[in-house]
Amino acid sequence: MLKIVKHFKPYLLSMLIIIILLLIQAFCDLSLPDYMSDIVNVGIQQGGISNAVPVAIRKTEADRLASFMSEDDRSIFYDSYDLYAAGSIGRKDHDRLLRSYPLLATEPLYLLKPVSRDIKDRLNQVLAKPMMIVFATTDNRFADLFGKSGSAHISKKALDSFSSLPKEIRAEILNKIDEMLASLSQSMITQSAVEYVKNEYKAIGIDTGRIQTRYLFMSGLAMLGVALLSMAATILVALVGSKVAAGLGKDLRSDVFRKVESFSNAEFDRFSTASLITRTTNDIQQVQIFTVMLLRIVFYAPILGFGGVLKVLSTRTNMGWVIAVSVFVIMTIVVIMFSIAIPKFRIVQKLVDKLNLVTRENLTGLMVIRAFNTQKHEEDRFDKANKDLTKTNLFINRTMSLMMPLMMLLMNCVSLLIIWVGSHRVDSGVMQVGDIMAFISYAMQIIVSFLMISMVSIMLPRASVSASRIAEVLAVEPSIKDPEVQKPFDPSIKGQVEFRDVSFRYPGADDCVLEGISFTARRGMTTAVIGSTGSGKSTLINLIPRFDDVTDGQVLVDGRDVREVSLKELREKIGYIPQKGILFSGTIESNLLYGIDSGSYEKTELEKRMDKAAEISQAMEFIREKPEGFNSPVSQGGTNVSGGQKQRLSIARALVKQPEIYIFDDSFSALDYKTDSMLRKALKSELGDSTLIIVAQRVSTIMDADQIIVLDNGRIAGKGTHKELLETCEVYREIASSQLSKEELAI
Amino acid sequence: MSDNRRNFNPRHARRGPGGGPMGPPMMIGEKPKNYKKTLGTLLRYLKPYHLSILLTLVFAGFSAVFSIVGPKIIGNAVTEIYKGLVAKVSGIEGAGIDFRAIGSTCLYLLGLYFVSAMFSFIQGFIISGISQKVSYNLRNAILGKINKMPLKYFDKVTHGEVLSRVTNDVDTVSHTLNQSLPQIVSSLTLIVGILVMMFSISWVMTLASLLILPFSTVFMAFVVKKSQKHFKAQQEYLGHLNGHVEEMYGGHIIMKAFNGEERSIRKFEELNDALYGSAWKSQFLSGMMHPIISFVGNLGYVMIAILGGYLSIKNIIQVGDILTFIQYVRQLSQPLGQGAQIANILQSTVAAAERVFEFLDEQEEVPDPENSVELTDPRGEVSFKRVSFGYDPEKIIIKDLTADIRPGQRVAIVGPTGAGKTTLVKLLMRFYDINGGSITIDGHDIRNFRRKDLRSLFGMVLQDTWLFNGTIMENIRYGNPDASDNEVKAAAKAAHAHHFIRTLPDGYNMVLNEEASNVSQGQKQLLTIARAILSDPKILILDEATSSVDTRTEILIQKAMENLMKGRTCFIIAHRLSTIRDADLILVMKDGDIVEQGRHEELLQKNGFYASLYYSQFDTASAG
Repeated sequence: MLKIVKHFKPYLLSMLIIIILLLIQAFCDLSLPDYMSDIVNVGIQQGGISNAVPVAIRKTEADRLASFMSEDDRSIFYDSYDLYAAGSIGRKDHDRLLRSYPLLATEPLYLLKPVSRDIKDRLNQVLAKPMMIVFATTDNRFADLFGKSGSAHISKKALDSFSSLPKEIRAEILNKIDEMLASLSQSMITQSAVEYVKNEYKAIGIDTGRIQTRYLFMSGLAMLGVALLSMAATILVALVGSKVAAGLGKDLRSDVFRKVESFSNAEFDRFSTASLITRTTNDIQQVQIFTVMLLRIVFYAPILGFGGVLKVLSTRTNMGWVIAVSVFVIMTIVVIMFSIAIPKFRIVQKLVDKLNLVTRENLTGLMVIRAFNTQKHEEDRFDKANKDLTKTNLFINRTMSLMMPLMMLLMNCVSLLIIWVGSHRVDSGVMQVGDIMAFISYAMQIIVSFLMISMVSIMLPRASVSASRIAEVLAVEPSIKDPEVQKPFDPSIKGQVEFRDVSFRYPGADDCVLEGISFTARRGMTTAVIGSTGSGKSTLINLIPRFDDVTDGQVLVDGRDVREVSLKELREKIGYIPQKGILFSGTIESNLLYGIDSGSYEKTELEKRMDKAAEISQAMEFIREKPEGFNSPVSQGGTNVSGGQKQRLSIARALVKQPEIYIFDDSFSALDYKTDSMLRKALKSELGDSTLIIVAQRVSTIMDADQIIVLDNGRIAGKGTHKELLETCEVYREIASSQLSKEELAI
Repeated sequence: MSDNRRNFNPRHARRGPGGGPMGPPMMIGEKPKNYKKTLGTLLRYLKPYHLSILLTLVFAGFSAVFSIVGPKIIGNAVTEIYKGLVAKVSGIEGAGIDFRAIGSTCLYLLGLYFVSAMFSFIQGFIISGISQKVSYNLRNAILGKINKMPLKYFDKVTHGEVLSRVTNDVDTVSHTLNQSLPQIVSSLTLIVGILVMMFSISWVMTLASLLILPFSTVFMAFVVKKSQKHFKAQQEYLGHLNGHVEEMYGGHIIMKAFNGEERSIRKFEELNDALYGSAWKSQFLSGMMHPIISFVGNLGYVMIAILGGYLSIKNIIQVGDILTFIQYVRQLSQPLGQGAQIANILQSTVAAAERVFEFLDEQEEVPDPENSVELTDPRGEVSFKRVSFGYDPEKIIIKDLTADIRPGQRVAIVGPTGAGKTTLVKLLMRFYDINGGSITIDGHDIRNFRRKDLRSLFGMVLQDTWLFNGTIMENIRYGNPDASDNEVKAAAKAAHAHHFIRTLPDGYNMVLNEEASNVSQGQKQLLTIARAILSDPKILILDEATSSVDTRTEILIQKAMENLMKGRTCFIIAHRLSTIRDADLILVMKDGDIVEQGRHEELLQKNGFYASLYYSQFDTASAG
């Protein structure tokens, strides 16, 4: 993956945006549990009353609470509240206040002033303890608590007159109470205080149901807001992420395609066509899919994991080790499982290939298999491949089916461990019950984020192989390029191809394919090249349009070394007909016009050219037979056209171009003898002005050429006309005698 | 595709293809043609495993039940801690958190989780065994089927299609059995179990929380539909783009020779842009699903909290119930969210299974006759009597062929490319059955032979040299599995292949690679000749075409074929003049039919098609 990292560059900003969005998303996801526990703890359990600060309190109650406070606390308390009595307020406020606080009609009330958050927090601490004490005396459970505290005989009645007790006794009792309260958890105190407030509200006549519903509604709304934000962030991540991934894929595809288009034969041979296709299509698709995962999961997991850790630390429960241990155990298991399963995954791919191979062999060998009655043998061969595949698949599936339950078991064990350890901490007062729940959910988030990373890591090797295969293509400099200084052709020479002592060797090969080749093909002449397979015929003509470059010597076209002119101009002069008729998808017309810029010709001119080319190439007959004529569709790879027709069309394609030089690379082999001879006749009469270079297998195809070059093992074994060569060239005679009858040889 | 669409939309079917607008694409995934029937067949296939499958389903169900019970017990444990704490603060003597109770709850849970994990593992273990076994059987059945089908079938179906049934379709079925089936069961159990628990707590809240389901379902359906459209577009553009890449790379020489780079790149960029558009859209839309689902989940959560709060004030439910409820709703949203996906998977599985079964149900070759002829000492006399044949019965190409070939005679089949020269061969070996007349060997109609016996009379050396990925020894022995190593070598010697085999690395034990490209075309031909020699047939079928073979190998091949033909009746798809001239009978073919037959001189005298074919080969430009 690292090798293509520079292609991410245009997307840096987008990726930054994604990270910011992921931070928002993680923040939201991690705070959602808080809101949830708020809803449960405060909204439901505490009736919507979140702290010990009442908005209204009866004067009698306030004074009673105040009697349990220190001087400082008392002043803060009274400063934060205003005293209201039925008579002392204006008419307008009166109605409104009475409606909210019905008791105001009969009793004076303290109402909370609008105060800052800090003061509220302070008030919470100031009020909680007195409330707890007062509440405790009204609750039997707590009555004992005070009853037992021997030295101070506090009863309900005594409490009422607590303020009238002497100061020293008061202080002593307060100290005792403080000691006792120290053993209580903060949550207990809050719970009691809240209970006290609730009772007070009821006494005043405030609608507590409404408070609860209101709280639930508000915090529900807040939670939905956070959830909405989280959703928005996630969707935006998806949006930006898919654009980045698709954009990266697009860029890579474009780069690779352009690069491959600039490759010459040498590079195609190095990579093989099939491999280049896979690199441009599948490999990039792999990288694209992985990029989506990378942006959405790999980036997110550490953020979420880190946030989870922060949250865990913020609970200050010293239980981080539980998470560390569980992550370690789970990762160990994941690593072990993967190290067992991943090599098997690779084997499976090989076994699937093997199975496919046998199936394909069965399909291509239908007739042979039946002819030799070896169906049973084939079935056994397939069965073996099938068994191997099934066995390995079974192993993988079973390993995987062990993995999921194991993971679930581990996660469940982690929560049990947290509950067990947590309960002891709760007992010793270090943490609260709610913390256990929160801790479990954070722990799960951390573990899941680690699991996500490890899941993605399965994909990483595959994507990284793909990435390096792409990088390999991009790193190659094509060996054949336009020269920096382009020279013009010699205008006085037309249609001349000259080989000057040319040698060619494939890179890395020991022996030359061609050695010391010199000859000249002139305008109006037919030059034929013949020789057995591997003698270097195709290699030789590939040097003319610069599909390959010579190793030594020079190839000149119209008096100029082909390496000194622009590729485009050079190829403009040449009409090339390959050994295999290669057509592109489209119509017959689009194929015939492939060689010329059809926009710069009149329509009638194009038609004239096509007609003529089709006539010469003997393609007219079958084109006419088709209902759509020149507009007949050609499917990809030309599969709907027969071999001979393909070859005739590819000849016509070169003819439409009307170039100076024609190169036929064994282009007659798929034609039957009759078509072959008619075609040659037509070529001879119509292309008298051009240079023809013909590579052939059949002696009959080339025996009337002006010049025949006989290649043997990359060297010229003979040069001359058919007659001359029969007399002088042993290799030629051998070839001819294997193909022609004695009488014909004698001609 | 259009077939499928017509199936779903009968209204359009009446209009016929192309008649009127086809309406919006309504397909999500591929749909099977006959859901019920295919499902029935699939179930029949699974019959031997009914008990095991039932067992896995039970296990899957149990493990789902545990995940329903789990949260409730955990909740109890937490309550226990809470109660203990409260008791402690109340100052009850010796009160505090009851660690023994918590401990035993934890141990109980541990046991429960362990059993649940075991159940789910056993379930996975059994089901993967079944699914692998089923796909193993299906694959073997398909291959067996390939060898039993008439060749005619493969005229209309590409190899790729058959291959994709062996691999992709079978894999889809096996994957569904392995993963989706248990998942469906556990999801269903979860849904039912949770619903029961929820209703038992409060029906009002259950109904309320179910209220959001239609919302999320409608929304999801919308997103799925939208993204499906783009996914399809992406697949299509990807196909176009890959097509273009394949074409341009494959034909890069032509593209270069005709200066087509710029045009090619322009077209590529167009396709690439279109792909980009659909790629990010489909990716984005499918990426939207998850956040939306979880938001809807949160919405339900808040609703339950508010409603639950209200109900708890009215003392209709307990505070703890709200907690449990919330957990259940969370658990519920997952399997329900997967609903659409599972339906899709099921659908494409049945479609895949349908393709497999359709293939397995295809008509096989006409069975061998019961009272078959067996030749103890075949002579190799072949006669065609008024034979007529067409690949398509409507288009008869061989109209009325009558010919008698005596044992040991050589028959040359000549004609331009595409004249149907191999058709005769296919008829002789009964790869295709003739439409009229009869072909007899030693006086017996070939339809009275068992195919196996009939074909063992023949030997074949075709231009398409079929060799398989195995050693050279194995490949030659293919002609006669019982042959000893020495016999194989003798055959190789007779085929003039021994020498070159010896020069190969590992010699006879060299493994031919997948494309058999580690030996040359000519060498491959020699190997197939050796194979034919080893099988020692009475009648021989040869294809002389030796294009792209170098001269020296060609001479070897000629000699080898000469060895092979000795003493056998031969049908030769002839390209070499000498063969044709020496033939005892020449069958001249044109456009699939035999237009002339006779010996070389007779045919020349006729001055018909054969004569023009013969002369055209050697007439020079001047002769025209």
